[in-house]
Amino acid sequence: MTAALTLPPDPRLEGTLSVLSPSGELLRPDLVPSDEILLKLYNGMRRARVFDDRAMVLQRQGKLGVYPCFGGMEATQVGAALALQDGDWVLPTYRGTALAMMRGMTLAQILLAWRGHPAGYQVDPKLHILPFYIPIANQIPHTAGIALAEKRRGTGLLAMSFIGDGGTSEGDFHVGVNFAGAFCAPAIFVIENNGWAISTPTSVQTAAKNLASRAEGYGMPGIRVDGNDVLAMYHVTREAAERARRGEGPTLIEAITYRILPHTSSDDPKRYRQETEADAWRGRDPGMRLRAYLESRGMWSEEQEQDVMKGMEAEIKAAMLEADQAAPIEPEALLEHIYAEPLAEMKDQLAEIRALEALK
Amino acid sequence: MTVAAERQAAQEQIKTMTMVAAVNDALRVALERDDKVMLFGEDVGMGGVFRASDNLQNLFGEERVFNTPLSEAGIMGLAVGLGIAGEKPIAELQFAGFIYPALEQINAQIGRYRQRTQGNFPLSMVVRAPYGGGIHSPEMHADSPEGLVAAVPGVKIVIPSTPYDAKGLLLAAVDDPDPVFFFESIKLYRSVKGEVPTGHYTVPLGKARIAREGDDCTVLCYGGMVEICEEAAVAAAAAGVNVEVVDLRSIVPLDFEAISESVKKTGRVVIVHEAARRMGFGAELSARIAEELIEYLHAPITRVTGWDAPYPPFTAAEHMYRPDAARVAAGIRKVLDY
Ligand SMILES: Cc1ncc(C[n+]2csc(CCOP(=O)(O)OP(=O)(O)O)c2C)c(N)n1
Repeated sequence: MTAALTLPPDPRLEGTLSVLSPSGELLRPDLVPSDEILLKLYNGMRRARVFDDRAMVLQRQGKLGVYPCFGGMEATQVGAALALQDGDWVLPTYRGTALAMMRGMTLAQILLAWRGHPAGYQVDPKLHILPFYIPIANQIPHTAGIALAEKRRGTGLLAMSFIGDGGTSEGDFHVGVNFAGAFCAPAIFVIENNGWAISTPTSVQTAAKNLASRAEGYGMPGIRVDGNDVLAMYHVTREAAERARRGEGPTLIEAITYRILPHTSSDDPKRYRQETEADAWRGRDPGMRLRAYLESRGMWSEEQEQDVMKGMEAEIKAAMLEADQAAPIEPEALLEHIYAEPLAEMKDQLAEIRALEALK
Repeated sequence: MTVAAERQAAQEQIKTMTMVAAVNDALRVALERDDKVMLFGEDVGMGGVFRASDNLQNLFGEERVFNTPLSEAGIMGLAVGLGIAGEKPIAELQFAGFIYPALEQINAQIGRYRQRTQGNFPLSMVVRAPYGGGIHSPEMHADSPEGLVAAVPGVKIVIPSTPYDAKGLLLAAVDDPDPVFFFESIKLYRSVKGEVPTGHYTVPLGKARIAREGDDCTVLCYGGMVEICEEAAVAAAAAGVNVEVVDLRSIVPLDFEAISESVKKTGRVVIVHEAARRMGFGAELSARIAEELIEYLHAPITRVTGWDAPYPPFTAAEHMYRPDAARVAAGIRKVLDY
């Protein structure tokens, strides 16, 4: 913890909201949520991190395909997720595993999704979480559309999507955020600004001073927040959600965080950045920050920590077993769910695949 | 360098290279020869995700080899602007599966710029895009969109299958006065090796290569499917069937003369590609063959392709989607047994 105390301020964080300092000191007593929420936020982050660490190991063992890790960035997703209600919609990027865990996707489903198994895509539609978006920024106009639908129906529900800093350069980002503003749709756009888009730093993405400032051009508030401070993240997302539910339209949140790990399991960040930069951000670890604060209030102990870790290890083990037992992929998986009713030629193609498989 | 000196330099050094190394070498030569050449795209400055542009920024500086913001439409439009202004852009799309945001620029501008300015602003530009499956990549990373681009008049499409061709065709594409899309099979990047001269040389666009001679059946293919078709041909040879494998190398322009010659000789045609069957490039090929060569055919044309489905996001189902040698062999049997 003392290492964090000596951290120099990072210019990226200038002007962002923080509730806790990197060493866990309370900066904004007015913004501390209830004890129950505090513990949920901590648990959510801890569980997500254990899963992420294990997923990277599983990937190395050949038990997952390419895996987009998020370790060190979990506060952004966990804080935002907990600020929502059941029924609100969530549109994650490929890096949204923590979000998916918070919104009720099971660990087995998440493992199967990163294994490239159809069962990983069979998520209860009532959870209102959409599959991890692989193409950058496609989710942004969808968010406007979903939010508009909820507005029309007067449900009081909203749609929240995530995007990376790199993703804000795509046309779909501008199109979608602008639509949401123009339609005064109940939407929240979270820019997970982790400093890099693979090897490209944010400074190459844009000449803008920061990404939240774009909000003005779209006619909505733009909020910058310390994305490694789960309490700050929870607070700004809640405010944005209330605003949306009051009918006042969307909010653009820029969460400043950092990708301490590689872009994915197949990336090597040593090629393009100084690891000292990552080390500084390790000192801003979101889990350690909240834990220090909880400990200072006597709300957390090493014993509780071990319980979470052990519980999570057991859960992951069970999830792996469940994932391993998922049915082998049948030829149908290729051709079903493309149309409600398969076209005639697709039935022929299915027969062809079956015959070819039978020869193997 | 003079042409003679270049030829000599080319002959002096021959190295065994992977396909991705050959692409890198072609880019180096292109940047060296003409300082109008610029290379850019997502992560390209740092070598790109496949390392195809490794070390080029060190050699030629950030003005000529650079990362762009993350936007395929932006990259494509930037290339058009640079091309209009007389530079020689080589733009990279990180994966061909991410070409879709760029399709507006391709359809609405790149394909028709020469005509809409009546020849005053031709676009000499190259777009490189790694394409295709075979490496268990995530959703969207294995698409083969060559047919979509082939539907756009005004662009050329090159798809090499050997390191030698990759370099020679890429250098020809850079010299070409028209916009050229250059699709590089991700599967072949590191799985094939071959001898490549380190100097400048070109392989002409629009000339097919007979990868294997035979007179019983013609297999038409390109890019990542060529090695698979050759494998099937070897297996067929063991059963006494001589398959001619025609590597088209470019699909626009199309070497219909070579196709015609082969079809007249064999009378049987199998077309192989990774893209979905419906409206895949095989549809164009079989239409053209039916229109012009029907009297030479002894059997209906057969297509061995991806199915009419998105390239599977389910990596564990990939082997059922992407044609393999067994499926090509079944196609060959079908046209022979007819
Ligand atoms: C349309 C599109 N283009 C390119 C890619 C390849 N790609 C995957 S991740 C990535 C970088 C994304 O960076 P950013 O948006 O900052 O998000 P981060 O990965 O940092 O969370 C790129 C270029 C893609 N997935 N989709």
